[in-house]
Amino acid sequence: MSDPKEEIVEHIGAMRAFAISLCRNSATADDVVQDALVKAWSNLDKFQQGTNMRAWLFTIVRNTYFSLHRKRKREVEDVDGVMAEKLSQKPEHDGKLVLRDFSQAFDQLTDDQREALVLVGAQGFSYEEAAETCGVALGTIKSRVNRARARLIELMDMDETESIDITDAVTTGVVQSRPAA
Amino acid sequence: MAQKMAKPEHPRRNRRDLDDEIDQNLKRAFDKVAEEPLPSRFTDLLEQLRNTEAGGKS
Repeated sequence: MSDPKEEIVEHIGAMRAFAISLCRNSATADDVVQDALVKAWSNLDKFQQGTNMRAWLFTIVRNTYFSLHRKRKREVEDVDGVMAEKLSQKPEHDGKLVLRDFSQAFDQLTDDQREALVLVGAQGFSYEEAAETCGVALGTIKSRVNRARARLIELMDMDETESIDITDAVTTGVVQSRPAA
Repeated sequence: MAQKMAKPEHPRRNRRDLDDEIDQNLKRAFDKVAEEPLPSRFTDLLEQLRNTEAGGKS
């Protein structure tokens, strides 16, 4: 037997990662996830069994993020500086430079592009699921993902360099870092 | 611009491979965060949610 409430629990980690990629700040992200979790828990009867629960939960995370964001307006948020600091302390071995480039390039995408790429590229959502989650047309999602990838390739000169291989520690920075103010 | 000079030491890589590479790296970044142990605020919250429910139904 599968209790849908216990199924929610399995997605909390992914909800956090998604929220961090939206908020670019892990403390804010956890506030968002906490609110979203309470909402999901109490609205579980609205979830359609057999559909993609993660997509449903991400939609709630997204709505929570935007309403919180509107509320806080441009209230100054603490930059999650820990990872950025570690990155800047790394010696510039040839490989490492490329890793930092990836993180910085990712930050240069627009919010819409980043979100679309995270859903489709990192989460493996279909374009349809991603479009539904973001509440936009299918073509819009396709175009955002395509532009996001093209921009990363351009920013990193990826088509003219060796393949990048991001180590675990640095990879986390890609999701957690935040554009410089 | 139509005729870009080929750089023999770095043959241009095809777009599909590049897209895959981006996705793989993002996926690893995402999974790494997703697999972190849940902060206690969430385990506490879950316990609270479960208790509230048990109380409400009895």
